[in-house]
Amino acid sequence: MGFMALWTPDPTFYPSPRDAAAAPAERLAYVAAFDRRAERPDAIAVVDTDPASPGYGQVVGWTDLPNKGDELHHFGWNACSSALCPYAPHPHVERRYLVVPGLRSSRIHILDTKDRISPELVKVIEPEELAKRAGYSRPHTVHCGPEGLYVSALGGANGEDGPGGIAILDHQSFEVLGRWEMDRGPQYLSYDFWWHINHDVLVTSEWGTPSMIENGVVGELLLGRKYGHRLHFWDLRRRRHVQEVDLGDQHQMTLELRPAHDPTRTYGFAGVVISVEDLSASVWTWFREDGRWQARKVIEIPAEPADPKDLPDVLKPFGAVPPLVTDIDLSVDDQRLYVSCWGTGELKQYDVSDPFKPVELGSLRIGGIVRGESHPAAGGARLRGGPQMVEVSRDGARVYLTNSLYGAWDDQFYPEGVGAWMAKVDAESFTFDARFLPHGDAFRGLRAHQVRLQGGDASSDSYCYP
Amino acid sequence: MTITAALLLGAFHGLNPAMGWLFAVARGLQERSRDLLLASLPAIAAGHLASVALVAVVVGVTGSLTTATVLSVAGGVVLVGFGLWRLLSKRHFRWVGMRLSLPQLAGWSFLMSSAHGAGLMLVPVFAGLAAEQTPGDGGHAGHAVAGGLGVALWHTLGMFTVAGVVAVLVYEVAGLAILRRAWFNVDRMWAAALVGAGIVTLLRA
Repeated sequence: MGFMALWTPDPTFYPSPRDAAAAPAERLAYVAAFDRRAERPDAIAVVDTDPASPGYGQVVGWTDLPNKGDELHHFGWNACSSALCPYAPHPHVERRYLVVPGLRSSRIHILDTKDRISPELVKVIEPEELAKRAGYSRPHTVHCGPEGLYVSALGGANGEDGPGGIAILDHQSFEVLGRWEMDRGPQYLSYDFWWHINHDVLVTSEWGTPSMIENGVVGELLLGRKYGHRLHFWDLRRRRHVQEVDLGDQHQMTLELRPAHDPTRTYGFAGVVISVEDLSASVWTWFREDGRWQARKVIEIPAEPADPKDLPDVLKPFGAVPPLVTDIDLSVDDQRLYVSCWGTGELKQYDVSDPFKPVELGSLRIGGIVRGESHPAAGGARLRGGPQMVEVSRDGARVYLTNSLYGAWDDQFYPEGVGAWMAKVDAESFTFDARFLPHGDAFRGLRAHQVRLQGGDASSDSYCYP
Repeated sequence: MTITAALLLGAFHGLNPAMGWLFAVARGLQERSRDLLLASLPAIAAGHLASVALVAVVVGVTGSLTTATVLSVAGGVVLVGFGLWRLLSKRHFRWVGMRLSLPQLAGWSFLMSSAHGAGLMLVPVFAGLAAEQTPGDGGHAGHAVAGGLGVALWHTLGMFTVAGVVAVLVYEVAGLAILRRAWFNVDRMWAAALVGAGIVTLLRA
């Protein structure tokens, strides 16, 4: 990798979340796009987010990957504001490379974004290296730590379905260094992770192993309450499991983790996809009290009754649409929480200045299993899929949405396909930007998943200073 | 002259955020406590001192066992080699963990200073001290070591003073946003300076 050291810190690194909120607006967004049929390569699509640009709201860059069937999902940066952390500072590296795992193929791609619109592929880490060095497969979340790259993985390797866990990568050579956990305790299922970096605490969540998810949600497993329903807290320094918090096995699939950006705080939000008792979705606040980690349900979103004839087979027996909270995102100033209801087609905005008493400020409808709500730029056309991945700009002013969850699960809940769209919301007025809806052929037949904003966003950076 | 050089090099280390003042500020900000910031500085200075003193002892003892020329050549080669490695390698100091006791913080500072080669720039000074002693009998090795430790103390005093002033100024007045503009890549300068000092040492050998 060409790592030209800088003379002053990378300008996209900020010591504190407060400083980061003053960052300039992003001009480009990188979007993971994948082909459900695995007939053509997945790609990173680049969308123009500069309202003053003639290409605003259009896909202006495109980078095909070398293989097929990777199923791009989440991705991250080689370096971020954590490079300023005091105990292992290295602020003269560049935020330059996207680290892009294939969730199905277990390949990890390194793409160079510097001085170009369409990123350039510079390295591929093959599944064998991840398996041999770390014993994992199905890489998912990427976070840049002060001393290396952390990549969570859903599956085991070498014939094992699990446990999933975290692999450590060298953040300059991108070699897989090994398995992060020294002592994993009772943890087996894996999905998302993040940390309270100044407290030496790492948090992980649970979805399922590859056999539980890759062919779609398995009804018996769901009703048997076998998907993940726990949070795990770890000692980040000693790499040891410290405590698990069970939300209750009716709360199936604890997915996205959004810890407070303020490094002095020790709370965060976790989204739960579905309760098998009443199909509701929920958001939980975790916190530490009397030396123990705990979690409390702070938001519950009920299912919406529906005529079975409007429902896909998977939902017909229930006569209702579950909200399916599949992503949440916390603004950098820790004041706003955005909650995606992928089933009902709703994006909710909460004031979380008191993390234990979220106040709903607004709701936007787009897509949805039954409603198929349109968008000002779609000319009244029915939109498939729902708000899924949600990303917030560093200044908290803009929110971006894409509409695919995961190939096999898209097919179950939206059997006629989800198409592809990306929408943008003004956070203050909480309205859709009528000029911004890349959709249809814009994504060349691929489905859109995670969005990363140029220079960083609300889920990319960790800060060591309050 | 030797003391001035030691103080100035110490001041240079004191300015470098990576050498510890930034960690002291972070600890203070995290607990909203200037006391914690101030308590962190001596621990950081102690680790730095240990790192530099170790080099002084090694050079002093080596000097008692060999000739001045061999000592200078060896010292020069180490300086050039380490400096080139720092200049060309992309690796940086790795450490995980923010919540450290004061002894752990001193340990961190020792490792950080050593990885940085903080004591190496003083090798020419230490070698000079050892050379002054060698004409006599071996019994004077102790003087060279004592002299070297004295230089290490002066060096650390310079480092401690500057780091303390910078830490308090940043904590109380300037704020950390200043890092974005003012954190020059002193590691590269330092690596180049090590190479330069090594070459000078070799030429004088």
